[in-house]
Parts: sequence; structure tokens; C-alpha cells
Amino acid sequence: MSTMQDYHSRLSDPASRKFGTFSYLPPMSPQEVRKQVAFLLAQGWAPALEHTEPQHTAGSFWYMWKLPMFGETSVDKVLAEAEACHKANPGNHVRLVGYDKLRQTQGTALVIYRGKAA
Amino acid sequence: MKPAAKAYSAGVKEYRHTYWEPHYDVKDTDILACFKITPQPGVDREEAAAAVAAESSTGTWTTVWTDLLTDLDHYKGRAYRIEDVPGDDTCFYAFIAYPIDLFEEGSVVNVFTSLVGNVFGFKAIRALRLEDVRFPIAYVMTCGGPPNGIQVERDKMDKYGRPLLGCTIKPKLGLSAKNYGRAVYECLRGGLDFTKDDENVNSQPFMRWRDRFGFVAEAIRKAEAETGERKGHYLNVTAPTPEEMYKRAEFAKELGMPIIMHDFLTGGFCANTGLANWCRNNGMLLHIHRAMHAVIDRNPHHGIHFRVLTKALRLSGGDHLHTGTVVGKLEGDRQSTLGWIDLLRERHVKEDRSRGIFFDQDWGAMPGAFAVASGGIHVWHMPALLAIFGDDAVFQFGGGTLGHPWGNAAGAAANRVALEACVEARNAGRQVEKEGKEILTAAAKSSPELKIAMETWKEIKFEFDVVDKLDVAHA
Repeated sequence: MSTMQDYHSRLSDPASRKFGTFSYLPPMSPQEVRKQVAFLLAQGWAPALEHTEPQHTAGSFWYMWKLPMFGETSVDKVLAEAEACHKANPGNHVRLVGYDKLRQTQGTALVIYRGKAA
Repeated sequence: MKPAAKAYSAGVKEYRHTYWEPHYDVKDTDILACFKITPQPGVDREEAAAAVAAESSTGTWTTVWTDLLTDLDHYKGRAYRIEDVPGDDTCFYAFIAYPIDLFEEGSVVNVFTSLVGNVFGFKAIRALRLEDVRFPIAYVMTCGGPPNGIQVERDKMDKYGRPLLGCTIKPKLGLSAKNYGRAVYECLRGGLDFTKDDENVNSQPFMRWRDRFGFVAEAIRKAEAETGERKGHYLNVTAPTPEEMYKRAEFAKELGMPIIMHDFLTGGFCANTGLANWCRNNGMLLHIHRAMHAVIDRNPHHGIHFRVLTKALRLSGGDHLHTGTVVGKLEGDRQSTLGWIDLLRERHVKEDRSRGIFFDQDWGAMPGAFAVASGGIHVWHMPALLAIFGDDAVFQFGGGTLGHPWGNAAGAAANRVALEACVEARNAGRQVEKEGKEILTAAAKSSPELKIAMETWKEIKFEFDVVDKLDVAHA
């Protein structure tokens, strides 16, 4: 058994702040992100983008980027829109949300661009 | 047409004359029950079924003159169908229909006082089990149900696209309030969404409830500030009296806590329904534990099946219910479990004998509740748990968090990483149960906490045969 490690998490360290599902995994590669987007679309959910400054992740409402992409079925188009959101807000987390209108909830929500916490 | 006038004749009649109606047309508003009856030797099926219908509705052992002052044909329960139990000749299924006006609106208490009352001690039967109950939508809509429901809880807790993670704090008895708060804080900062009071933790001399609530609240606030995520702890308000229960619930609310907890069987349906109403009025989530359930539901020939207790809870109210894990240390057949987690979560559930479901059940607008898998589970079970339960569940790793060689925070992080890795893989189209080992091993490369957890629990399995199996014909 290897030696015991301390669990590094600090109020003073902005990198300790998490942001929902998949934030405990390393950032996904572009191929991995594609698969998650394809999954979202295959469920019939409406893709939507939100973003926020990394120090303000806790609230229910991030900035909404344009409107949800109702009826969109192209992974490329969703990714292009996410990239546009990221370029306009390079320091921010960009989150992809899948709105499930049948169950009136978000079927998924994942940060696909990670901003750098100041 | 007016019914023919009846004369009163005292004495004991066979039940079947009044309570066995094989040609009865079931009404949409009837409450239907399926009992598994093991009769005494010499009692035939129709008579036993009729006796159960009688004793669980209007009947008593002898004719009484006041029977003639009411419309017994309207109020009586009727046995309307009999079926063989696959693979078991000692018993049979009896289907009984009860008119809706036998029961007080919105009262799980009243329904069960009739359906599983005196009849279970009845001498003419050797054993009796309530297998399933169909609650008509007309009755469902008189009940409060889950105070919040799955979607509202997701919004309040800001958790989407995955099951939630919890942990019961151990040792279950004996910690001081501050040490207990420490254990809670460590779990939550490591990545769990919830921690939980053990069911036995109420307000004992070693840790009074008010002290526990205070330290736990501090733990939650710090873990939230540190991780930027929302956290909760199921503060157990199960108490000796309803007055005391509400006092504790009020204090949890004063502290700004999101969720409280109740034991619905030991606390009772009356207390549970009241507390669920209180939660709905006060914006609190309600976690439901099920202590005593195995006393009632484990014997395949006698008692109440857990799928019925699940329905009772959904009507009475709760946002989470323990449902077993299938894979952990506690009893639970897989198909059967899939049946009752559907009954807990879905809007409409079809009859499906392969899952032990005897009736269509329409829940109308009533919210669903999270299934809670808890008891003897650890990171190696994660792929199977995700495959069995899907997203609308809480996986609770007690020993599987606190028993991590580096402590609770590391144990929590290991579970969170394992869960997210499995969800990512599932979404990417992989077979998580089959490829579980590869998925976890890959995830452990970037998580030393997960790697150690996997080494620690590698050999632990719980492979005993289940006692309460679905009834299936022998090959």
C-alpha cells in the first residue's frame, strides 16, 4: 500500500471549486466531448449553452448564450456554437445543457470549456 | 330495478356466498389487491379468497342484523379472480376489488388498516401476503405524495445528468456531535452530494439532536464554500412523538438545511404523511429510511411485499426511498427491484409479471422519488449500480467512503470519480457493466484516491442466494 496522501482542497485555492457532473474527471478530449454531445442529441434533448466566471459557479443561473438550440441535430453545429461562446468569453466556464422537456429537467449538464479561476 | 327484499337470518354462512364474484367487472375507481393465500388444510381456494375479501372489508364471522341497514352489495370487497402461484402448490393468488368509498381520502393509514388489518391473523388461513395493490388515479389524487419530487430536487441541489452520491456516517452510534460533524465535512469536501444520519441516530445521550444539527450545518456550509457545489445532510427527525419530530424539523429549517429524514415504518404512516405535508409547506426535501421493512416483506408467504410498501410511501410522501442495492450486503432480487424502483419513480407502470408487478399503476401528476441504494456497496459496484438504477438514484457508500485508507475525503473523491467515469462511458455508448473494470482502471490513472479504493475492496463480494425471489415455475 502506498503512503497516505493528504486530500488537497482549500477555501483559499480557487482550483478546489467544482462545477457539477464530470468536474472530478480530467478535461475531456475533443473526441470525448463529441460523444457526450452525440448522446445528448440522441436523447432528443435541446442543447443549450451557459457560461460564468469561474468564481461565480454556485448560482442556479449562469449567463445564457443566445437561446437553446431547439431542433438541432448536428454535433458539429453544437460544438461550433460552444466554441463561439468560449471565444467571446475566454476566461469563463462554458457549460452544455440538455433540456429534457418531457421530464422538465436537464437531462445532462457538463462544462466543456474550463475557465481559469483567478 | 329495486333489489328484492331480504329477510334476516342469523347464523354463520359460507363467505363465498357473499364475497366470491368471479364475474365481477372491475371498476376504474376500485382499489385492487393481490394476496398470496396459503389456506389451512381443508379450506378450498374460493372460500379462503372470499374470507380474505370479507375480513379486509365489510365482513365479520357471523351475520349481523345491521348488515341489512346498508348497501352491502356496494360496500363489500369481492374476490374476483384466483390464480396459481408459479412453482408453489401450497398457495395461490387471490385478486380482490374494494370500492373506493371504503377508504378515507388521502389516508394511507386507513387503506392499510383495512387491507392488512385483522385479516392477517385469520385462523382459516395459514399465511397471507399482500403482493400488490392497484391504487386508482381517483385515490392517488387525494394523496399528497412526494413533497418535492425528483426534478425539483435536481433543481434545488443543482445536480444533473448523473445519480447522486451519499454516505451514512459511521460508527452509527457513539460519536460526539463535533466529531460527527467532522466526518460529515470530510465526506462532503471530497465530492459527495449528501451525508446521512444513521437510522438509529435520533437524540441519544451521547449526541443530542440540537448539537448534531448545529455542527452538521457548519460542516455543510464550509464544504459548499470550498467546493462551490450544493451539499446536504439527511438530518434524522424521527422522534418519539410527532411534536418532537416537528420541533426538530423546524430547527433544521431555521439552520437553512435543505433536507431532513424520517423512518416511515417505525415512525408510522400517520407521522410520515404529516411530515411530508410539512416539508411541502416549508420547502424541505425528505429522505425516507425503511427500518423494519424486512420484518414485514422478507417472508415469501406472509406479510407485505416491498413493492406495496413502496407505493404506500409514494402516496404518503417522501423524496427518497431506500430500495436495496441488488449488489450489496442486503437482500434484493434484481428483476423485482427494477419493478419497485419503477413504481417509485415513473408516471405510469404497466403490469409486468417478470418484475412482480400485478397491476397497471397510473400515478397521474404525482411526482416520483429518488431510489436510494445503500448497504455494503463500494467503488467496484459502481458500474452495476449505474446499469441497474440509471440516473434518478442516490448511491450511498458508508463503509465504502469512510473505510478508505486515506480517510473520508479521499473515499468520497474515489466514489465521485468512479461515478463520473461510469456515466461518461455509458453516455459514450459503452456497456458499463461488462466493461466496468476497464472503465474504473482507466479513471484511476488520474485519481490516486480511486486507485487505492480499488485495491482496498477488490475481493469483497456479497453472493448469497436471495430469500424472497419472484414466483416462477420450476424448470
